[in-house]
Amino acid sequence: MATKMNFGDRLFLIGVYAALLVLVLSMMLPLLQVVTISLSPPKVVNSYGFHLFPTVLDFSGYAKVLRYDAIWTAYGNTVLRTLLGTAITLLLTFLGAYPLSKKRLPHRKFWTGFVVLTMFFSGGMIPTYLLVKGLGLMNTIWALVLPSAISVFLLLIVRNFMIALPESLEESAKIDGANDVFILFRIVLPLSLPIIATVGLYTAVWHWNAWFDSMIYIQEESKQVLQLILRRILLEGQDVSVETSASMQAAVSTETVKMAALVVSVLPIMCVYPFLQKYFVKGTLIGSVKG
Amino acid sequence: MKHSIWKDYASHKYMFLMLLPVLVYFAIFHYGPMYGVIIAFKDYKILEGTLGSPWAGLDNFRELFGGYAFGTVLRNTLIINFYKLVFGFSAPIVLALLINEVSVGWFKKSVQTISYLPHFLSWVVLAGLVIEFLSPSRGAVNMALAWFGIDPIYFITEPGWFRAILVSTDIWQTVGFSAIIYLAAIAGINPEMYEAAEVDGISRVQKIWYITLPSMAPVIVIMLILNSGAIINDDFEQVFNLLNAKVMEVGDVLSTYTYTEGLLKMNYSYAAAVGLFKNVVALILVLTANYLASKFSDETIF
Repeated sequence: MATKMNFGDRLFLIGVYAALLVLVLSMMLPLLQVVTISLSPPKVVNSYGFHLFPTVLDFSGYAKVLRYDAIWTAYGNTVLRTLLGTAITLLLTFLGAYPLSKKRLPHRKFWTGFVVLTMFFSGGMIPTYLLVKGLGLMNTIWALVLPSAISVFLLLIVRNFMIALPESLEESAKIDGANDVFILFRIVLPLSLPIIATVGLYTAVWHWNAWFDSMIYIQEESKQVLQLILRRILLEGQDVSVETSASMQAAVSTETVKMAALVVSVLPIMCVYPFLQKYFVKGTLIGSVKG
Repeated sequence: MKHSIWKDYASHKYMFLMLLPVLVYFAIFHYGPMYGVIIAFKDYKILEGTLGSPWAGLDNFRELFGGYAFGTVLRNTLIINFYKLVFGFSAPIVLALLINEVSVGWFKKSVQTISYLPHFLSWVVLAGLVIEFLSPSRGAVNMALAWFGIDPIYFITEPGWFRAILVSTDIWQTVGFSAIIYLAAIAGINPEMYEAAEVDGISRVQKIWYITLPSMAPVIVIMLILNSGAIINDDFEQVFNLLNAKVMEVGDVLSTYTYTEGLLKMNYSYAAAVGLFKNVVALILVLTANYLASKFSDETIF
């Protein structure tokens, strides 16, 4: 087949590979540059030119970031909100999806509409802020995990998945004398595991990356999440030095510290991403073919 | 009548009890703010709360449409989102077509894995990457420009460039992951069509033009209709993290303006009015789109 390629096809294919290469490079080069700068001494960082691969290794940027207590506290807060937030989301999404998937639920259409309506209209940023404040959730982790606990989109995906499960399984279990609780946890839950895992992954990534809620709902420094601390260091130029002498500060470029902080915060995602990628792809496709 | 409804719920009480926490969640965290939006028609006072604050009629909206700032912000939003829609919508289609042409397995896989990645990073991280990449002294873009003898450009702080940066980095973040659905659509095309065309000696470009694209048309049109709400809904996290004082005039959009007015200056009622305006326009767009979608899918069935 390849032997039959004419000149035009060959030229076209070269163009295709070149275009894709440019796209991939536009994503890889910034990452390489960030890693290199995080590992370079000031005289390299301040010199004009490309910095794609480290020429002189210098870990003082990382030393400085890792000695900065606020980053560790924020890391802990992010892990906590991700675990708690994902657990709450999974529980509520499962609790909501099952009844809404069953025709025998009274007023099923009405309750589905009650939930779906919130997809099309919302009060907006200010009323939500005033509500969270009014509920007394300011400065608590609940302000980070409750307001966004259920995504209607994910709830509908799980519901559609459960609708597609064969009804006969539940019926035969009932004939065998199984009660509702048994059916739910021993039949429906195991069968729904793939879709529940997808929801869990999406939610966990969402929580790991969230920062705006922490910025507006949390004032106490010790309760801020990682992305917000990173934002301050990266974009607002906050200094991370903890009573270090002037000579020590001069030895590390602020750029290096910024980039080291960035690397430290994306490292967990980068480590799990290659293994989880295919589940995300699957999840998107399940979502897009909803009935 | 009433009696039988109660019996209905009584006989399915466990199922309804299961649903109850979910309904309570939506009532509080979604219908709560919808009720709270009435402060857009009030003069909100912190001490008096949503209920106690005095009514202000349409004062906030008069201030909104009469003021200079809102016009600029609305214009910025529409311009930026229009370009995002035009280029950001076609980019994943093109990417899917390109990936489909690749026959080398490892290359195809790598392109997909790498291009999905930005979708999983926060805009705090992405803004850090973008600023580094566009840096006048180190960034690869300016280095490449210098190679052609062009002076370094301060992309992030240059008003003439800022919107282009928003549009291109938006594409950069979303193109890979958005291409998934189109790749799935391409995978569903009957291979016999290509085989028949090969007998006729058709070129690769012609294959895309006469077979692949027409076969993807239903998916493309539905995606376009579903995306139409994006003309008013801006990406707060992106704009907010890249925005700086020098480009405020061209980059301040509805959501960042709502944030500044409401949460920084504490003009709660005025900011709620800005938000309400945005959400009502978005609702109208989505409802229109849904109407068109149902019409369109009806036409394709027959």
